[in-house]
Amino acid sequence: MNEQKDNRKVVIELDNVKRYFQVGSETVKALRGVSFKIYEGEFVTIQGTSGSGKSTLLNQLGCLDTPTSGEYYLDGTPVRKMSKNQRAKLRNRKIGFVFQNYNLLAKTTAVENVELPLMYNNKYTASQRRAAAVKALQEVGLGDRLDHKSNQMSGGQMQRVAIARALVNNPAVLLADEATGNLDTRTSFEMLVLFQKLHQEGHTIIFVTHNPEIAEYASRNINLRDGKIREDTINTNIKSAAEALAALPKPQDD
Amino acid sequence: MNILNLFKVSINAVANNKMRSFLSMLGIIIGVAAVIIMMSIGQGSKESIRKELSTMGTNLLTIRPGADMRGGVRQDPSAMQTLKMADYQRILAEKKFVSYVSPEVTSAGQVIYGNNNTTSTIYGESTEYLDIKQWDIEEGVNFNEEDIHKAAKVCVVGQTIVKELFGEGKEAEAIGKHIRFKSIPLRIIGVLKGKGYNSWGMDQDNVIIAPYTCVMKRIAAQTFFSSIVCSALTEELSDAAIEDLTQILRSNHKLKADAVDDFTIRSQAEIMETMSSTMDTVTIILVVAAAFSLLVAGIGIMNIMLVSVTERTKEIGLRMAVGATGMVISLQFLIESVLISLTGGLLGVLLGGLISNFVVPLIGMPSSIPAWSIYVSFAVCTFIGIIFGYIPARKAANMDPIEAIRHE
Repeated sequence: MNEQKDNRKVVIELDNVKRYFQVGSETVKALRGVSFKIYEGEFVTIQGTSGSGKSTLLNQLGCLDTPTSGEYYLDGTPVRKMSKNQRAKLRNRKIGFVFQNYNLLAKTTAVENVELPLMYNNKYTASQRRAAAVKALQEVGLGDRLDHKSNQMSGGQMQRVAIARALVNNPAVLLADEATGNLDTRTSFEMLVLFQKLHQEGHTIIFVTHNPEIAEYASRNINLRDGKIREDTINTNIKSAAEALAALPKPQDD
Repeated sequence: MNILNLFKVSINAVANNKMRSFLSMLGIIIGVAAVIIMMSIGQGSKESIRKELSTMGTNLLTIRPGADMRGGVRQDPSAMQTLKMADYQRILAEKKFVSYVSPEVTSAGQVIYGNNNTTSTIYGESTEYLDIKQWDIEEGVNFNEEDIHKAAKVCVVGQTIVKELFGEGKEAEAIGKHIRFKSIPLRIIGVLKGKGYNSWGMDQDNVIIAPYTCVMKRIAAQTFFSSIVCSALTEELSDAAIEDLTQILRSNHKLKADAVDDFTIRSQAEIMETMSSTMDTVTIILVVAAAFSLLVAGIGIMNIMLVSVTERTKEIGLRMAVGATGMVISLQFLIESVLISLTGGLLGVLLGGLISNFVVPLIGMPSSIPAWSIYVSFAVCTFIGIIFGYIPARKAANMDPIEAIRHE
């Protein structure tokens, strides 16, 4: 299906990636040889039940872990033999993480939270950092809440801050881990609208979820089972999250 | 991440947990304050002793019979009677670096006037004694050479004697009165100015000074002196004067070249040194005790930092995920613990300074904060912060970002 030769830039390439864990005397085979390429500008969901290996795959994609065998190329860079510190730097420059439970710093303003990844990049001066953070917050629709502290925000707002934080370093790929998992239906759709907007702007997005519904709003869907790819399909009929959001019953005002 | 950002992050972390930070500082604050107070009392005592000894005359030399006893060696009793009239006369005749000389004979006992009595010490001295001690007469006069010659029964008394026998402020009335010391009547011809207590608690006003001839013949009934006190021309000439006096006395006592001195000459500077070194020892003991509290405080900081690291596992995981290396994470926590201990040190120095300057004088103790103790406090605090921050910092740096970020 993905065999077509095209000129699109490969952002992520997995070549027979295996990841085994030694638990006591037993070897747990979390990934049993996974290969795929993700091109620039794709919006890919990775699905699977728990135990399918999707968390392990996410850790690989996020350079938080390295394969037991096989190779993972992030933006052309082989990751397997990298040291911890090299991977930390690679994550800092190439990856934007969005977590299920936001992971914002407590008692810290939106801007400061978004600035965080740039704090670990010496190329940014304080004013450049601030400017980039403000721009990212504007992009996610929080331009008017720059100095709100994390404990004064709703779940949806916190997740927007987290997305802004993931965007601030202009990453090669946005990695979302159950990014709508803690949100109500309405807010979830609002997030999907945002992700679709980012997709249209050309961002490469990988969205790990166990919710099959989300696949309908993405451009491609990879399904994992028992550490292997069960299905890898291109979605030709992408639904509009904005329409779905409009179709939702209006929230009751009381 | 540059170091400035790290400081900002660490300051925020300390400020966001004010109560906890303060509690972990408390040990350091108390420890440093204790060290500063101990040092200031030690230094203050030394300074006040020095001041006092120097008002007694830093060029004072005391010749005592017998060899140097500081080792505590038992002596031949006859060695205690080696200072005789001939020695005094020869010193008077041949002295080179000495300005005043006074032989000294002392006797302690009861002194009576009318219905009143008190216990005091009589000092038999020459007329030059008041010059050596730099004491002044408030009322009346000192005895003269003629009184010495006649072994006259006259005396000069201190304020305490006047107060005990005649009543407070009766100096003028005391002049010309006869007091009895061990049943010998002595006519008061002068009263000394008050000097108060010295730093080891001796009442310097409880004295009776009489011609040495009188005390030797009429009261103590002895032919030798308890000591001979002299004053060197200047403090710098003390050593030369000691050398000179030693030669005079050795030749007068006909000591062979290999014989040890049967007398000891000590200068005020030497006594001062002994006193200071005693104070130093006491100060060191107190400071060491206080320093142990700093050690305990450091362990307290380590505890809090370990709790803090565990509590902030998620934050550490996030920072690692977005690109912080283990090194940067450990630096962040190290700076945090140094910040806590240094702030504690600063507050401790302030607290210690306040107590030394305002509370210690209230209980009548001298205090003076040596400047170096402040620098040492800060250095020690930094050291404590690094040493005890190291284990928590390493724990944070070694976390696995995957587990840390999913930590609940």
